[in-house]
Amino acid sequence: MSDATDRLYVVTNDQISPARERFGRILVWCAAALLVAVALFQVMGSFGTVEEMDSWRPTLYAYLVFVIAYCASLVIRHGERGKRQLFIVPATIFVISMVVFPLIFALTIAFSDWNLSSVSGQNFNGFDNIRQMWNDGFYWNALGNMVWYCLAIIVEYVIAFGLALLLNSEIRARKFFRVAFLLPLMLSPVAVSWMVGKSMFEARFGPMARLARWLGWERPSFFGDPDIAPYLIEAMDAWTFIPFMMIMLLAGLQAIPKDLQEAARVDGATPWQTFWEVTFPLMLPVSLTAIMIRIIFKLKLADIIITVTSGGPGGATDSVTSFIFREYRDRSNVGYGTMLAIVYLVLIIIGFTLFMKLVARWMRPRT
Amino acid sequence: MSATDTQIFHDSDADTRFRPRWYLGRIAVYGVLILWTLVCLFPIFWTITTSFKMAPDVMQGNLIPWIDYTPQWLGWRSLGLSPDTIGAASTVREQFFLRFWNSTVVSVGASALALALGSLAAYGLSRFEYRFGFMKNDDISFFFLSQLILPPVVLALPFLVLYREVDLLDTRLGLILLYALTVMPIVIWIMRDQFGSIPTELEEAALVDGLSIWGAFLTIILPIALPGMVAAFILCLVLTWNEYFFAALLTSTEAVTLPVMVASQTGSQGINWWSMAALSTAAILPLVVIGIVLERYIIKGMAAGAVK
Repeated sequence: MSDATDRLYVVTNDQISPARERFGRILVWCAAALLVAVALFQVMGSFGTVEEMDSWRPTLYAYLVFVIAYCASLVIRHGERGKRQLFIVPATIFVISMVVFPLIFALTIAFSDWNLSSVSGQNFNGFDNIRQMWNDGFYWNALGNMVWYCLAIIVEYVIAFGLALLLNSEIRARKFFRVAFLLPLMLSPVAVSWMVGKSMFEARFGPMARLARWLGWERPSFFGDPDIAPYLIEAMDAWTFIPFMMIMLLAGLQAIPKDLQEAARVDGATPWQTFWEVTFPLMLPVSLTAIMIRIIFKLKLADIIITVTSGGPGGATDSVTSFIFREYRDRSNVGYGTMLAIVYLVLIIIGFTLFMKLVARWMRPRT
Repeated sequence: MSATDTQIFHDSDADTRFRPRWYLGRIAVYGVLILWTLVCLFPIFWTITTSFKMAPDVMQGNLIPWIDYTPQWLGWRSLGLSPDTIGAASTVREQFFLRFWNSTVVSVGASALALALGSLAAYGLSRFEYRFGFMKNDDISFFFLSQLILPPVVLALPFLVLYREVDLLDTRLGLILLYALTVMPIVIWIMRDQFGSIPTELEEAALVDGLSIWGAFLTIILPIALPGMVAAFILCLVLTWNEYFFAALLTSTEAVTLPVMVASQTGSQGINWWSMAALSTAAILPLVVIGIVLERYIIKGMAAGAVK
């Protein structure tokens, strides 16, 4: 750790005595020994050599004690430097224990035929799950749907950009419009899908069905029609998340110095040219951030689909998340579901790495 | 006829053409704004008004209260929240308040935990150079932010099994831990920027005056960064309050949150739209109020993350 590069340079005057150093070391080892002992005791319990406890809570508490002891020993052993590390150590440990361990655990589940309703429990079954996935048309269909849902972000982006431009122009009652445009973001997707998806788009008496009939559509059906349902799902999702992109783009627009646009106007650029040649290129970094975050949230899309259509009709609206959710809920198929989720994660990581590489290459000549 | 009566200066044709075009532009701008306001507000209006309707009003698609139909307390009565039932004992209301309280505890707890851990990490990353093995500051930041990519399904099933082992299934604590994990990247993303914009001279002065680095952080930096923290907190609150996927998988009776309760309201004889609407209204109302009152902070927080 080189102090010279710290933004905040702290003169440290630590003289840590060997006894203090030793104390810190012993503290950590004691906590570790406690953790191992408790865990061993519980493992033995699960094999029946000693009395079995009803849950692994004691091991969890021992782990917690170990983490606290580790943090304390950082300060005891390293003094000022330890105090500095203490800023990021808790978050790091939290993330590692909440992500890395479950991920490893997920891998062991993914290569087994574990079905919660079967009596045989968890059995290693090699690549059977992958083979099953390969022939599972519904999974590929869900993946294909995700591509379409993600492509629809372009439309969302255009709308959000337009709204941000409007909010940034000289209008009255700007605060009112800003609040009104923001509100959809605050609403729970489940409540939205009930009240908008199921109630407003009710095919017999909902206001949208009435509007459709008035416009001359004899027998409107919304979520029963595989050609229309995906668009409506997408529209509802877009409705809740357009404010998110809009606000980020609005912030970007407000950060652009006004004199640039004025200079363009003085030079005789039309409004369209000002936008396309000056504003838009300046907005590229913000746009990419907004789109990237939007993609991340889009990949998690499930709530609306689960509550409104549960993937139907015929898988037309299915997303990967909602498909795996049903795989678990209806068939208790933990092993296969986890394998699907892990494949999804790998695809996302590959996709994102490619996307970031492309963006980096695309941005370089401009900056 | 004196010379003063004749008009000397005339608007040229180009100028007179300019004004109608300006008006047309204004009308178009406000037209779009009002149209989108309708798109944003109509579903909320529909939800709230439906909770005061009766079956025939829903079937006939009556829209405007007091003109199309007379508002009734039917939907709210089914929740035990209408004026005539609010005094009486009601199991539905108790259920509802239990869920409401669950949602409140879980979302506030998770947001607070994420904010505490995330702010500390963000502060550390904005001030010091760390090195854990091959990982330097940028890698550590990326490590934290990359958690955002992780789709919830990957974690859901392992957590289901793990939580059953450690007896955290169907508890608020279990949800709090998991939600804190999902929103922490957002906190770090916003707060790293907030702390980065605070000059280090402030702490240097505090350190010279004899404060320790943690003392300087708690007494000098935190108060300055408070608006940003409020923004991050609200954003986390929105995401955790509305979370459905994990709650649906990991809770069954005790720790059920509001979205799960809303989603599980299919009766045997069709759907009672009025009580559904009342429930939905109650579920969205807290955040709508927060959104209206604290809109400034939300926008500020997301702006901080977006613009480097």
